[in-house]
Amino acid sequence: MTATLPIAPASALDALDALESEAIHIFREVAGEFDRPVILFSGGKDSTLLVHLAVKAFAPAPVPFPLLHVDTGHNYPEVIDFRDRLVERLGLRLEVAHVQDWIDDGRLVERPDGTRNPLQTVPLLDTINEHRFDAVFGGGRRDEERARAKERIISLRDAFGRWDPRKQRPELWNLYNGRHAPGEHVRVFPISNWTELDVWRYIQREGIELPPIYFAHEREVFRRDGMWLAEGPWGGPRGNETLKKRSVRYRTVGDGSCTGAVESTATTLDEVIAEVTASRLTERGATRADDRLSEAAMEDRKREGYF
Amino acid sequence: MTEHSRASNGTARDLLRFATAGSVDDGKSTLVGRLLYDTKSVLADQIEAVQRASVDKGLSTPDLSLLVDGLRAEREQGITIDVAYRYFGTPKREFVLADTPGHVQYTRNTVTGASTAELAVLLVDARNGVVEQTRRHAAVLALLRVPRLVLAINKIDLVDYDEAVLAAIAKDFAGLARSLGFADDAVVTIPVSALVGDNVVERSERTPWYEGPTLLGHLESVPVTGPEVAAPFRMPVQYVIRPRTDELHDYRGYAGQIAAGTVAPGDEVVVLPGGARTTVAAVETADGPLAAAAAGRSVTVLLDDDIDISRGDVLASAAEPPRVTDELDATLCWLAEKPLRPGARLLLKHGTRVTPVVVGAVGERLSLDSEVPTWEPAPEQLGINDIAHAALRTADPLPVDEYADIRATGSFLLIDPPTGNTLAAGLVGTPLAVAP
Repeated sequence: MTATLPIAPASALDALDALESEAIHIFREVAGEFDRPVILFSGGKDSTLLVHLAVKAFAPAPVPFPLLHVDTGHNYPEVIDFRDRLVERLGLRLEVAHVQDWIDDGRLVERPDGTRNPLQTVPLLDTINEHRFDAVFGGGRRDEERARAKERIISLRDAFGRWDPRKQRPELWNLYNGRHAPGEHVRVFPISNWTELDVWRYIQREGIELPPIYFAHEREVFRRDGMWLAEGPWGGPRGNETLKKRSVRYRTVGDGSCTGAVESTATTLDEVIAEVTASRLTERGATRADDRLSEAAMEDRKREGYF
Repeated sequence: MTEHSRASNGTARDLLRFATAGSVDDGKSTLVGRLLYDTKSVLADQIEAVQRASVDKGLSTPDLSLLVDGLRAEREQGITIDVAYRYFGTPKREFVLADTPGHVQYTRNTVTGASTAELAVLLVDARNGVVEQTRRHAAVLALLRVPRLVLAINKIDLVDYDEAVLAAIAKDFAGLARSLGFADDAVVTIPVSALVGDNVVERSERTPWYEGPTLLGHLESVPVTGPEVAAPFRMPVQYVIRPRTDELHDYRGYAGQIAAGTVAPGDEVVVLPGGARTTVAAVETADGPLAAAAAGRSVTVLLDDDIDISRGDVLASAAEPPRVTDELDATLCWLAEKPLRPGARLLLKHGTRVTPVVVGAVGERLSLDSEVPTWEPAPEQLGINDIAHAALRTADPLPVDEYADIRATGSFLLIDPPTGNTLAAGLVGTPLAVAP
């Protein structure tokens, strides 16, 4: 007996529609299987995209999850302003974990280099415990970094928030296994399969508002480790670093101490997309100092519970 | 396709999900590296990082495997431990590549990569031809019903671009593919050298006798099979949307991703396992109602009658419904170290429903050691990477299709209750053409 494998007709979905449907499916699976999910929200493009997709997944009902911002205190004012307006407009609940509170009561110590990105892990895990969140959505994408390329869409974290890449569950078809013991939680990455360019194209197609720092603007910046950093409470300029006025934009939003701007004149989505298309640098390589600390910087932070 | 998907950014492109298979020494990492590199999907800082790490390791040329081996342990040991997903695009199409390790854990990884693939690139070394590993991978790809195959005959530079060598391997493989149930037009053979770049992205002048497409050309032009659009309608209900606001007081929408077929207002559907029948009133998305929606799309379905429907139920074509049963004959791909013993009480996830299950008798096991895959008598218990028939009894009746007919409603997971770990991939029926 020999059967012939069928060849079905062409799918009707284009790439962005397929990615959108997959992300919505993931949101609804988590809503169906978990008790206390939360969306990590930084005001950056990826988490703003997540919120947009969550709204679509449950419309016309409200998004059944709150947002959580782990606030390093090293913010761009435009981003905080954007965050608060978005939460207000969509009627969402927002929790904020201020890293400063952990520093003030001695649970964290400021690092000598002043960067607070690595300090986010403890407040994140403490807040997850305190609220008993069992599923934590993040805007991580597998194209960002090679350790993230290994990440499952629904990824188990142990009671200490740790990721063990060698013990990941296989993920088959679109059957996501979210079983977890009390105290454990999962991280959920609905836009795992999107690239930076997909994100930008979708933002353009859907008309999603972003903080203005993603578009070229004049800003006082100084040069450090080959990146343009803005002046701020994170320290700088130091020594012989000097402030210069430049036309810049940001490709990622993170802690101000280690998130660099790129020189750019792109003020519209079309221009940003053209610039990203032509760029010879990845977004993290171009603008994130924390990924340069070692060959396995991202993996090591993820193992500790970072996103 | 929505109208705005093509707005202001040129033509809409589709998405091909594909997987690679083949043993390590066949040059799989080099091929993946070549595809990424020649499509300019590897950016300068990534290449610099690889160069830096290669120098640190005392190498004189960049080790391109460092581009893809993302974990500390992988780099330390120089092996690929786990499936990784890579992304690249061309002006014609976007690609998601499940990059699977070819090492010892072949079945587990190939099953994982193949479960979502619409095409698989199977590598062989031109010097060795079809070997045991090729047969194993081809059998697993056939079992998982990956619709299309590319046989990439690699290292043609090492056989002097000899047409006769390639023709012999292609003929050898065609016989194997046919015996596994692949239609002749579902398999394309391409001679490549991943190292030199012959016929991967650029056409090679050294193979004038080869008239087919380059690997990338084929990936760009092969029809995207996608989910089973032509099959009868199936949609597992994920979530019930009830806004409970004043103006939407009576709104009750059933949210899910269409697993197979199409759905449109006016269609008669049956709610399973209960069996109630009703008519589709509307198919909605956040962007508004749709005239019809096809497999792969996430939608919200509104029905004409108020029926008790919850997560785990399946909406299906009333004319061609799935079979509802609590006794399954299935094929299991055992993925876990923990062995399966007959009588085990586990959990089964099918669509959006999780139900207790008892594994009854384990039937024949697929032997991949011989020239042609064969079913051999049942072992005492299943171990990691075993593929075998088994009889299952579920606590709740499930609406199932044969995996060979509809992948989405014919597949399930077996889950270990105490740890929550995924133990097995399950396929309803016996979806491999090889006779017992």
